[in-house]
Amino acid sequence: MTLWPQLEPLLAKVQKPARYIGCEDGSIVPVHGRDKTSWLLVYPDTYEIGLPNQGLQILYEVLNERPDAVAERAYAPWTDLEGELRRHRLPLFSVDGHRAAAEFDLLAFNLSAELVYTNLLNCVDLAGVPVRSEDRRPEHPLVCAGGHATFNPEPLADYVDLFVLGEGEEVVSEITAVVGEWKRAGRTEGSREHVLRRLAGVPGVYVPSMYDVAYEGAELRSVVPRYPDVPATIVKRTVGDLSEWPYPKQQLVPLTEVVHDRLSVEVFRGCTRGCRFCQAGMITRPVRERPAEQVRTMVRDGLLRTGYDEVSLTSLSTADFSGIERVVAETVGDTSLCGPTSVSLPSLRVDAFTVGIAAQVAKARRSGLTFAPEAGSWRMRQVINKLITEEDLYGAVESAFSEGWSRVKLYFLTGLPTETDDDTLGIAELARQCVAVGRRHTSRASVTVSLGGFVPKPHTPFQWFGQNSVAELRRKIMLVRDATVKARGVQLKWHDPAASLVEGLCSRGDRRVGRVIERVWRAGGTFQEWSEHFDLRLWEDAMTAEGLSLDWYVLRHRHQDEVLPWEHLSAGLHKDFLWQDWQDALAEHGVEDCRWTPCYDCGVCTGYGLEHVVASPAPPAGGSQGTGQDLSRGHEIPVRLTARPMPVTVPADTAVGVS
Amino acid sequence: MKARVRFAKEGKVRWTSHRDVARIWERALRRAGLPVAYTEGFSPRPRLSFGLALPTGYESDAEYLDVDLLDPIGSFATSDPGPDDPEARGPRAVGLDELPERFTTRLPVGFRATAVVAVEPGGGSLQEIVTSCSWAIALAGVDAARVADAAAAALAAPSLPLVRSRKGRETLDDLRPGLLALRAAPPTEEGRPVLLADLATQPRALRPSELLAACFADVAETLDITHRVRRTHQWIDCDGARREPIPVPATSFPHPTGVRA
Repeated sequence: MTLWPQLEPLLAKVQKPARYIGCEDGSIVPVHGRDKTSWLLVYPDTYEIGLPNQGLQILYEVLNERPDAVAERAYAPWTDLEGELRRHRLPLFSVDGHRAAAEFDLLAFNLSAELVYTNLLNCVDLAGVPVRSEDRRPEHPLVCAGGHATFNPEPLADYVDLFVLGEGEEVVSEITAVVGEWKRAGRTEGSREHVLRRLAGVPGVYVPSMYDVAYEGAELRSVVPRYPDVPATIVKRTVGDLSEWPYPKQQLVPLTEVVHDRLSVEVFRGCTRGCRFCQAGMITRPVRERPAEQVRTMVRDGLLRTGYDEVSLTSLSTADFSGIERVVAETVGDTSLCGPTSVSLPSLRVDAFTVGIAAQVAKARRSGLTFAPEAGSWRMRQVINKLITEEDLYGAVESAFSEGWSRVKLYFLTGLPTETDDDTLGIAELARQCVAVGRRHTSRASVTVSLGGFVPKPHTPFQWFGQNSVAELRRKIMLVRDATVKARGVQLKWHDPAASLVEGLCSRGDRRVGRVIERVWRAGGTFQEWSEHFDLRLWEDAMTAEGLSLDWYVLRHRHQDEVLPWEHLSAGLHKDFLWQDWQDALAEHGVEDCRWTPCYDCGVCTGYGLEHVVASPAPPAGGSQGTGQDLSRGHEIPVRLTARPMPVTVPADTAVGVS
Repeated sequence: MKARVRFAKEGKVRWTSHRDVARIWERALRRAGLPVAYTEGFSPRPRLSFGLALPTGYESDAEYLDVDLLDPIGSFATSDPGPDDPEARGPRAVGLDELPERFTTRLPVGFRATAVVAVEPGGGSLQEIVTSCSWAIALAGVDAARVADAAAAALAAPSLPLVRSRKGRETLDDLRPGLLALRAAPPTEEGRPVLLADLATQPRALRPSELLAACFADVAETLDITHRVRRTHQWIDCDGARREPIPVPATSFPHPTGVRA
């Protein structure tokens, strides 16, 4: 039943009411029924942030294509609407059919980041569902969550009924089937425990209530299944062949402004550059490229369908995509797209950004260019395994300025393992040098440095590292500020180190941190990733009240034989591989990209019977490609790993004529 | 070559803002495959010009948009595999009369293009030439007799003072010169009293919410969230007579003044 008649009068009182109306091109108001498992896909942040999320949109389509499922979407209402909803005793609602959240069988949360955890609790509460799993009854929806942050789900273990590890395309169908049986059987008294136990047997699904957790003092001793049919280790799901999943086919076109208001086409998943700080690169292995022909079809059809004038080719490192230059050239050069079309390439590696790519991207409207050297010295970049040289960076910046850009953005981390003040100050030096390179081309050349405090993440080689304190991060940021404040053309922006501290707590916390999250939520601490709402004092007070220590959870170094809270969850990476990589980091020893060099046996390919899917057997031309060697001619690396030729699965009538 | 489009906005999409509507049209025009002219420079944008902004939350039968086109009307090269002609990929000529439907099928539900005409260059922008608008205002929380009295009182009053703020400064304005006509109309299907108002847009536009604030000061807060407003006409001066930016044949309005739920 739609709540629209009750909701609509409230929209006159809130900011940006178009966030709550749905009506996007590509959206669906599905017909619910007893034979259909109903999913409410919730992004626990604002519509503007959540709408572009590709993972949510993919599952929305995959589920709505199934005869036995329906899916709608919800986003966290901003504080003004939340106040109105609570005042009028109205619940969280879907934006598609404006249905009450509690009418769905599953509330499925996308957790891309940790600071939204209090928003998850708030959304569950606003749905009229008890926030703690143990208080829920058969009439309540199952609360589930997926996304990168769920690779350590323990802080939310008492609040979320089931977590999904890894990619969702396949597993949502298996969950649909199990929940559908529960629904048809009438969700009788006592059946909730039963359905959760069955879900615990679905590969990739983690049901925390099926596990006993033991502590010894502060230390975690074990997390063990309570029943023999519940797996001791939960292993992430991975889609083998991206070309079988050309989603989203009907990307949502919002009617109001959102953070990424453009077409997105995912060109590959996974990344084996091996950057040690990067959780995404570790947990999404192996590399699986989408065939270039399919990329071209998705770009062209998507632009014609949506009317967008910009497409973003997304991945963790888009310049690594085999044949990237050609895809970009054909898109910006396609005169049948009715007006100028621009391409944006997020996550550009400087060692793969060539003049050729710069020239192609520059043909249409120039959006911002962002590079991520991450650290200020070669020594530091060997520690974090971001093996790009200064020459790579200057070459990329030169390419950009020579093709007409006047401003580039550089991302850096501070608070990295073994970081000295010389490493930190290297950031300022690199920025100054980049401006000097730019001034050869334009007097307006400027560089924006974005500096973030490093937060160690689970399932990475740095998971044992003690995060820098707020004071230490502040000191390092000020070092860079003092060194750049008088530098012509250098602007510095930084993230709040206090927010990094809380992110660190939620990233590597155990189940006991859940009560802290609940306290912060009860104290009104929602939208913590928004600087105007973030409040460190709420977190410190909650930690004190629970008798827990931020030092112990966030700042101390963990030891090798310690049981980590996420040890019963597997991203496919061997723990000894991660430990060895951590030791290599401390020895300032980098390792090369395994797509094009020998295997380090991280465990993913062998464990899954998968292999990298790359169209080109050699790295793209240009830069050092993470080897420290001059590879500017490219395509000359001997290769041992297989490069699987990809079948092209494009229907003949939609194929685009390209030369 | 310039084309003038009239369109309606109703239902849920009434909550989109003026800026949202501009972006929605930019995408619809690209999807329709029209050769829209772009601005020069570093960041080219399609050359569109909208009339007076419709306040967020209001509906309209009479929104206008001017589009600069590269080609003369009648010879559009379109390449659009749109919902109505999936087989017709590749250039083909499109007549002016086809455009309203072509736009409507590419706009979100709730937007409807109702007319397209060619306009001579140099006729002034919509913002400059529109002098007044007609509004249908459906009220709640006041009875019909009270509405009729208020309308009569407003017309009879020598002045209608209201404090308005503009760019952070508050001024005491007299709304009466901007009130051109006001009368009660038959109630809506749900029994809401309806006011029909003609309000001037020059020198400064008088908004329906401001008129209500002046006429119903004691119940203004309730009215503010429950009233439904629909712009039914925009008017330009043509040698002393008023007419619409696109002359309207009598048959083309399915619901001339009705305020629909």
